[in-house]
Amino acid sequence: MSARLTLDPALVTRARALAEQAAQPVIDLATRHTTVSVERAVLRLAGLEGTDPVTGEGEIPWVNRVVDVVREQVGLEHGVALPVWHAIASGAAGSLQEIAEQVGAGTARFAVPAGGEEERAREAALAAVGAGLGRVDAARRRREELVATHGDPPRRPWIYLIVATGDIFEDIPQAQAAARAGADVIAVIRSTGQSLLDYVPEGATRTGYAGTYATQENFRLMRAALDEVSAELGRYVRLTNYASGLCMPEIAALAGLERLDMMLNDAMYGILFRDINPIRTFVDQRFSRMVHARAGIIINTGEDNYLTTADAVDEAHTVTVSQLLNERFAREAGLEDWQLGLGHAFEINPAVPASFRLELAHAMLARSLFPDAPLKWMPPTKHMTGDVFGGYLLDGFFNLAGMLTDQSILLVGMMTEAVVTPWLSDRDLALRNVRYVLDAAAGLGEDFAPPPGGFLDTRAHTVLGEAVELLERITADGLLPSIAQGTFGITKRPADRGKGLDGVVVKAPGHLDPATELMETALKDTVR
Amino acid sequence: MTVIRPYGDTTGDGMVQTSFTLPMPPGPRAEGAALQLAGKMGIHPAMVVHSHGIGEGFTFFVVYGSVTHLVDTDEVEVEERAYPLLSPTEVNGAIKTRLHRKLVVMGACIGTDAHTVGIDAILNLKGFAGEKGLEYYREIDVANLGAQVTVPELVTRARAAKADAVLVSQVVTQKDAHLRNTRELAGAFREAMGETRPLLVVGGPRFDPAMARDLGVDKVFGRGTTPGEVASYLVSALLPEEIAA
Repeated sequence: MSARLTLDPALVTRARALAEQAAQPVIDLATRHTTVSVERAVLRLAGLEGTDPVTGEGEIPWVNRVVDVVREQVGLEHGVALPVWHAIASGAAGSLQEIAEQVGAGTARFAVPAGGEEERAREAALAAVGAGLGRVDAARRRREELVATHGDPPRRPWIYLIVATGDIFEDIPQAQAAARAGADVIAVIRSTGQSLLDYVPEGATRTGYAGTYATQENFRLMRAALDEVSAELGRYVRLTNYASGLCMPEIAALAGLERLDMMLNDAMYGILFRDINPIRTFVDQRFSRMVHARAGIIINTGEDNYLTTADAVDEAHTVTVSQLLNERFAREAGLEDWQLGLGHAFEINPAVPASFRLELAHAMLARSLFPDAPLKWMPPTKHMTGDVFGGYLLDGFFNLAGMLTDQSILLVGMMTEAVVTPWLSDRDLALRNVRYVLDAAAGLGEDFAPPPGGFLDTRAHTVLGEAVELLERITADGLLPSIAQGTFGITKRPADRGKGLDGVVVKAPGHLDPATELMETALKDTVR
Repeated sequence: MTVIRPYGDTTGDGMVQTSFTLPMPPGPRAEGAALQLAGKMGIHPAMVVHSHGIGEGFTFFVVYGSVTHLVDTDEVEVEERAYPLLSPTEVNGAIKTRLHRKLVVMGACIGTDAHTVGIDAILNLKGFAGEKGLEYYREIDVANLGAQVTVPELVTRARAAKADAVLVSQVVTQKDAHLRNTRELAGAFREAMGETRPLLVVGGPRFDPAMARDLGVDKVFGRGTTPGEVASYLVSALLPEEIAA
């Protein structure tokens, strides 16, 4: 058993009710809009792949070209599906691929169908996208089979390691070596700047900067490599990537198709840290979370980021507020509690008196508030200074706090954080640190019961109380105005500014997004 | 005394410790190889106090020993940066005490260049190389206009916002487009605002930092520049300490 706090049930209920209230207007807003990336994800689920060899430098995917031309000719307010499958159903094109070729040749002529023609296009679109969701379902079943065959990691927390060479063919042996050295989860960091690209690059890539491009082919190659090493090790090694940035819905779809297991996917990260338009983000978020729910993917939210820019003691409650909002958005999109890798981090200045007790209080608050969520515990970065010896000690305390408070996914801290990208020996020493603490402190939680009214209990309730106060302000002002005023982090992000705004479209009555429609119907059936 | 040696626990003992990895499996041969390397590093006598294998075919070593080298403190030369590197707190403090208002910074990618990676790395809160971008600085008011901004539009926006500094990044270098665009930028600001123009800063992977004067801008940053360097430069160029006194 693990150490838990008994939180004031009235305060917990109030916090969840406020989060629901704060999230609802944004969910309504998300359902009233579509985005170019959501529409492109629909085409990807229907199986459209490849790039236009002529436009740009041959880098622009067909899904971008088709959505852009549909938008030029008939607008996107009805969605891309009706005009595209009308063209197919009416015999103007034989297949999606042929539509793409016509777009490339400049001969495509799109129209929004009405009456019987609309019904025919609708049926065709639902069938095509339904087949794609069938592939996502098959990938989920395959994961379940492989987990049953190879087994889950023998203990919690799962050990999460990062690979980031820029070259998928370098990443693969490194990821396999990391798995053999004890990693349960491999994350492939994306190339700098991919989140702001308005298209998903194609193919196996070798030229990323400080990370490797997320592409469908790279996903496929890495998953196959980890399947190989899973069989060798007798434990299923999970793969993580990033469903964030301007192409979030498409990356989520590709992750579902290629059986990625976890995705970084935060409700507000893109808005705050990448200056992506808030409406674009919330629309893309809802779609991507529905895909993750369907695909059985565990999402990882990004609350650790707040603490890299704000003080980890003063702003601890913003982490709790964001976790509650992420939980609400996730549940609304159909994610179950076992899929909510809510984030938090060990970022309190070690010079603060009782800093370790404060860390324990915050970690226990998250554990007790979200008892069934696979919490993601992030290592110190802000106070890693280049003093690698001090950093190694701090990482040891981070590991201990994670073990003691029953965190579920532990991102392994490197003593050379802020010095170099991890060396072979850095990763090895870091894993030795983790293994020592997990072995030495195994089961310590059952001996550890912080008394009610003691330091940990009091601090956790203070943070929860501050979170409720902040949620009260957010529900009074509205979530979008709160973001505009700089409530989260220290940046102001107005709803009418930011990147990707021109890709947001208000839906017309009769808009068809076959993917969302099929996913929502399936969810309702499950609930019933 | 101008000649010194490292200090372990006795003056002049020359003791150092180091660690490294060699691509060999662990064993006596690997330890011998580590001692050979330590000797060539000037550590003599050297002791391999610890070693262990990593994966297949690698060994990690911790080595202690006395270095034979001497340090002559008279010969130490320190490269001075033209401006001091400041922490975000120091930058904020300098702006607050010397300017008494927020420093207004406008950034953009100009011309047909759609690669905002550079300007985003410097301006976005997310930042670059472990440093937060200029948006993180409480005393800096950042407007990032994004990609494909025309020079006249940038001049108009910078003037309206009373920008103290304009930051432009250029990645595309086909037919020296980055140089042409930068000269056009400098010319446009000179023509429109003369002496009252904002500080002009350009950056990109193909720029030579020595070209600032030739291009008509105040500062050129090359590959690998971090937000902290840019912020520190802005303070030194716009708010030199003498003015504060």
